[in-house]
Amino acid sequence: MHRDEIVIGGLGGQGIVLAGYIMGKAAALFDKKNSTHTQDYGPEARGGACRTQVVISDDPISYPYIDNPSVLAVMSQGAYNTYSPTMRPDTMLLIDEDMVKPEKSKDTRIFTIPATRIAQELGRAAVANIVMLGFITAVSQVVSRDAMKQAVLESVPKGTEELNTKAFDRGYAHGLEQLTPSEGKGK
Amino acid sequence: MNDDGSEQTQEMDQYLREDRMPHIWCPGCGIGSVLHCFLSALVKTDIDADKVCVVSGIGCTGRAAGYVHLDSFHTTHGRAIPFATGLKLANPELQVVVFSGDGDLVAIGGNHLIHAARRNIDMTIICVNNFNYGMTGGQLGPTTPLDARTATSPSGNYERPFNIPYLAAASGATYVARWTSMHVRRLEQTINEALLKRGFKFIEVIAPCPTVYGRMNRQPTGMDQMRYYQENSVIQHGADPKDVDIDLNGKIIVGKFIDIDLPTYSDLQLRVEQKAFGPEESKGEAVKKKAATAASKSK
Amino acid sequence: MARRGPLVGEFFMNGDIACAEGGISAGCRFFAGYPITPATEVAERMAARLPEVGGTFIQMEDELGSMAAILGASWAGVKSMTSTSGPGFSLMMENLGLGIMLETPCVVANIQRAGPSTGLPTLTGQGDMMQARWGSHGPYSIIALCPSSPQECYYLTIKAFNLSEQYRLPVLVMADEIVGHMSEKVVIPPPEDIPLTPRRQPTTPPGEYVPFQPDEDLVPPMANAGDGYRFHVTGLTHDERGYPVMTAAAQDKLVRRLIDKIEVNKADIIEIEEDGTEDADVIVCSYGISARVSQYAVELARGEGIKVGMLRLITVWPFPEERIRQLARQTKTFIVPEINSGQIVLEVERCAGGKAETLLLPHMGGSAHRPETILEAIRSAVK
Repeated sequence: MHRDEIVIGGLGGQGIVLAGYIMGKAAALFDKKNSTHTQDYGPEARGGACRTQVVISDDPISYPYIDNPSVLAVMSQGAYNTYSPTMRPDTMLLIDEDMVKPEKSKDTRIFTIPATRIAQELGRAAVANIVMLGFITAVSQVVSRDAMKQAVLESVPKGTEELNTKAFDRGYAHGLEQLTPSEGKGK
Repeated sequence: MNDDGSEQTQEMDQYLREDRMPHIWCPGCGIGSVLHCFLSALVKTDIDADKVCVVSGIGCTGRAAGYVHLDSFHTTHGRAIPFATGLKLANPELQVVVFSGDGDLVAIGGNHLIHAARRNIDMTIICVNNFNYGMTGGQLGPTTPLDARTATSPSGNYERPFNIPYLAAASGATYVARWTSMHVRRLEQTINEALLKRGFKFIEVIAPCPTVYGRMNRQPTGMDQMRYYQENSVIQHGADPKDVDIDLNGKIIVGKFIDIDLPTYSDLQLRVEQKAFGPEESKGEAVKKKAATAASKSK
Repeated sequence: MARRGPLVGEFFMNGDIACAEGGISAGCRFFAGYPITPATEVAERMAARLPEVGGTFIQMEDELGSMAAILGASWAGVKSMTSTSGPGFSLMMENLGLGIMLETPCVVANIQRAGPSTGLPTLTGQGDMMQARWGSHGPYSIIALCPSSPQECYYLTIKAFNLSEQYRLPVLVMADEIVGHMSEKVVIPPPEDIPLTPRRQPTTPPGEYVPFQPDEDLVPPMANAGDGYRFHVTGLTHDERGYPVMTAAAQDKLVRRLIDKIEVNKADIIEIEEDGTEDADVIVCSYGISARVSQYAVELARGEGIKVGMLRLITVWPFPEERIRQLARQTKTFIVPEINSGQIVLEVERCAGGKAETLLLPHMGGSAHRPETILEAIRSAVK
């Protein structure tokens, strides 16, 4: 029973839940796998720690939750502090390097991207989540690039497709740069 | 339609469930006369009786639905208006009349009353106000005048009552009138006018409850209460609803207070849908049906 | 903006939205509701979708009004539904009873959260299961279905509409916050592949129509308001004409039929799912999200060589008592994980009748069970 377990954490308002939804959709509808997307949310619409979980599997998914993610992507220090203790030794940690200062650890492999800064360069900080999605796609390879791009296009507001495609591509390219040549091959 | 009383009575009889007679109302009770006025008003319209729905809540007046030979619904306490809202919005062709009492419509159902008025749902409300809960033995209600004695205000009521026309008007009703059950011809005329008008129409009818309210307040027979109405009713069409409070044994200002035209809930809904979907799309069958119904109602 | 009809294809959507789409596919064209977490998305979806299919959405002033309005709409001949969660479900009990008494088809979706009272509005619970069964006053029977996934939210909402038309009563879809808010793939078949149960219209002309005279299956045909039948219906105890009759005999006759029309048709109504129950030493019996966590634990236990079965209740009311009685003769223990202090376990225990042990795994709400909790219970049961 191979399960990819992806947790994305950040602040309410960063588009964390949408990012998880897009990933789940990409896996389910375009990669034709099983996927389950869940979210934690509280009464606050903005601010507050926020987490979204995506389980992807070739088999039917009974238990929808993730205790120890295989991939943890965080976009705020609070989310890092809250969710990093759930990491297992082989967890891939992905961070927005301007938002999160991780503790030094020799076990965990850390991938960094200035996702929010890239989004600002593109003209809208709001697409940082899509930059991060591109990055996660390249680094974790849990969903295919085509599936993810299609899911992004179907899920973002009309008229923002071009901006979001750029955001995704920037994140994806940044991810490829961080992989070793053998890891990046064929993806 | 005609002025021949006997023919009209015959015509009205077909709107009564004779197999349910005798009714439960006490001698001297005013509800029967109000029901009579409603049916005679209905006869004088060209509304297809098959399309008329009478919805009642609980209480003495709530039993009215059970006596009319029309599609009729005796629902739960206070919920006649939302039930009627569902009927009307699901099939706009229906002519929906809510016939219920003051306790039902204004106390337990008060929230629904103000919101249906606010939305201007196309329906006619006939609210029989006998100043107390008759069916349960004469407890104080939302309309009981100050100082009136009831089973739960044995030494006199110390709760300020609602002035219902003011409540209905302030909530957005586009037609508000009040009569007593003594004013049969005027009441009939008012109900007739209301049935033919679109919008949320509210008619309060003050009616005797000799058995409990009257007995406890020195008007122990229907006649006593009718005499009180006769001596104290003041017809003031166009009166400001805020000025039509009723004090114990005081004046009862009656007449038509509000009669304005505003788009109904369905009109505004249709407008938004047409805007959203464009004129091309708004030719959809459902929308057409709604529009046609809206048009045919403006007799 | 263009009008879309019922959707067809594969979608990635949460349980709330799938529930609304199930309604649309089932022909629901009237929705009355009041915003409440975690059911609000059902109403929001309906507000967007109903105008597209020629239906009507209204946001009512409260859940008392919502429930009353869907009954009214149903009598106007339009399939109707509402959605809510715990506090709103409590308010709906009043007119749920009216729906039972007037034999009014409609659907109520309860996306359960943790109570009592305001409790945990954004977090899951399964504490309304007995309220679903007995929450309105007086004796009656009810149908309640429990989805475990968004796909099932879609499918069971359609099924709920079909059962409500078939047996003329409000049918409850008892989801929970986790299922309501989780997104998964939902396959929506083309309309021609979705069997729908039409309303049972009177075959007699208006003059001869007896509104509550039942057919052979104890269900009476139902006339629509405005069709000329001039019927009367009342929440009072009534005879077959729909007229109030205030006697114990009339009460007995009416209420027995209201209950029996469900009881005698149980075989048609009940849907359960079994996995490895035939030779199981222990059977985990659960529903909704708890059934998914249970399934996971059951698979872990099987990995350890334990003979454990899974019984998932899709129909919870009427309760599948016959099957549980049979299984009680074959197995040693039923384990019942549920997100409450023990509701459905009482039914399992009643049906097991001492022939098998019944073990409750309660959870007061706010999350699902930990799979290890269930796994540990399975291990202990076979020790």
